[in-house]
Amino acid sequence: MTKKRIQEVVEETDEGTILFNVPMPRNVELLKDLSPIIIKQSYHIDYIHSYGQDSPWFAGLANKRLLGTRCQKCRYGFATPKLSCMECGGECDWVEMPLEGKVHTFTVCEFGSEEFLKETPFLLCLVEFEGFNTLLLSRLIGLDPKEATLNWVGMKVKAKFRRNSKFKPTDVYFVPA
Amino acid sequence: MRPVYVVSGGVSKFKKARPDKTFQAIVKEAVVYTLQDIGLEYGKFLEIVDGSVASYFSDHFTRQLMAGIMVQDYLGLTPKPSHRVEGGGATGGLCFQEAWKSIASGNMDLCLAYGFETMSHVNTWKGNEFIALASDVSFDYPVGGFYSGYYAMMVVRHMKEFGTTVEQMAHVSVKNHMNAYHNPYAQKRQKLTIGDVRGAPIVAWPLTRLDICVMSDGAACTLIASEEGIRKLEKATGKSVNAVKITGIGRGTDAMRMSDRPHKEVPLLPHEKAEDYVGKQFVGGKLKYPGIHSFRAGRTASLQAYKHAGIKDPLKEIDFVELHDAYTSSEIQTYEDMGLCRYGEGGEFATSGKTFMPGIEYGLKLKDQPVCPVNPSGGLIACGHPVGATGLMQAVFAMWQLQGTIGKHFGDPKLQLKNPKRGAIHSHAGTGTYVSVSILEKS
Repeated sequence: MTKKRIQEVVEETDEGTILFNVPMPRNVELLKDLSPIIIKQSYHIDYIHSYGQDSPWFAGLANKRLLGTRCQKCRYGFATPKLSCMECGGECDWVEMPLEGKVHTFTVCEFGSEEFLKETPFLLCLVEFEGFNTLLLSRLIGLDPKEATLNWVGMKVKAKFRRNSKFKPTDVYFVPA
Repeated sequence: MRPVYVVSGGVSKFKKARPDKTFQAIVKEAVVYTLQDIGLEYGKFLEIVDGSVASYFSDHFTRQLMAGIMVQDYLGLTPKPSHRVEGGGATGGLCFQEAWKSIASGNMDLCLAYGFETMSHVNTWKGNEFIALASDVSFDYPVGGFYSGYYAMMVVRHMKEFGTTVEQMAHVSVKNHMNAYHNPYAQKRQKLTIGDVRGAPIVAWPLTRLDICVMSDGAACTLIASEEGIRKLEKATGKSVNAVKITGIGRGTDAMRMSDRPHKEVPLLPHEKAEDYVGKQFVGGKLKYPGIHSFRAGRTASLQAYKHAGIKDPLKEIDFVELHDAYTSSEIQTYEDMGLCRYGEGGEFATSGKTFMPGIEYGLKLKDQPVCPVNPSGGLIACGHPVGATGLMQAVFAMWQLQGTIGKHFGDPKLQLKNPKRGAIHSHAGTGTYVSVSILEKS
């Protein structure tokens, strides 16, 4: 089994000295031995992201209503909305979703992409709903991340909504029912 | 369609960071190796090659649009034809197949397929963010998206439905790291125990850091040829070419949002029966497929590639597989998709010994002898995953296996299988969004 490991390297941090000049040999033939110059470049973008045809779903969350869609032709139900049916190509209508479902699967994120690092550990789950064919990815709240167990799969959960909508899919989240 | 061959290839060492060179120069390393291996002088190569396909995944990592053309001109391939291929994690596998198409169609006789990724330009957590942008940015990414989380959810369902265990997953990590111990191109060459894998920090429950591949800088390329192209090469080099035939290609797709995956019938391989997926062992008495425990795109790609290559029973007819093990869990899921075992039996299959290499001591008790080694090179888990290069790296390692030249290229014959006739490579994107399978055979 594993021996306890003691950290052998110092922590690498992101800040650094700003470079204004570098050594340069008189003999240019030596330049191939020069270490690479590595600089830090900032890159920030504000996107103008439209939810397009999915916009009513976010409007629904702001009004504490969870919406899905259902195909007019084949009756396939989408718990994550799709206005175009992926089964038959038909057009779907908006429908109200049940506010209770079951945990289809979940995970505890101890790590994440940069934007969500500060929120770790957090729980993600896929929720299944009676009468709907697809699932919804959401946050699962109210469980101890340290106690993760397969028994959480199948657990009944209910939807809750943020009071102040941020018009993001995290405006809805699920807690044990 | 004409017969197509892969005739030579090269891989740069996969490393966490390659600040000494820009992406163009890293690709050049792989290309120079490719040409030296068949004794083709660079100028002569530029004369006879008809064009190329460029493979790289993310414009975010390079912060450079049209990086492909910058490689093309660095290599001296301008003004010959080229195009860029992008398909997430499957980019390299798709590139290999696009080069196949160029030859099979008669459009080219010699085509260079090159790929790269330089992921060290950002920190791992930023890299996770870039990669997570390959999930729905309205519904998936903003919930806390990152791929290890998605795969963890998929394997939790696999565990719940089929009884797969974390120890079974850890077997994959031990195997692939131990194989890579003998592969000098691999980023991580470690001898691990099941305890090491389970004792590593959790990234997304139940996956630990040693269940997951790492980000890399690296490049790989292959030279693809028609019979006419081989004649041109032999004329240019004055040597015979140790060509490997590409006898099957297949691809599949699935919904980007894994929440959208439907429940349908399993598309059966020739050695499977519909009854295989009915019974008490399945939730509700019948396998709900693909659900989020299986990759329909992987099954679709396998079906096509096997049909094309005339394979009826993959475990019996394929001597080794280089598959896309971005996660130990996805290696297990992929055994099932590729029909190496039945759906639901991947966990047991992972510990059986059938997928291990002969002649390597893993420190594990394995009941069966190796039948079809999976990731003899060490796979993504140990070699690293510079996305655009990965699928081509698999092609190179598979070609070397079939040429019998592993000892020459690795400086160590330990990973050379005895006279393999047929190998498969498998490249995978998203949560199973694009998958490619290609079959290579000794000619």
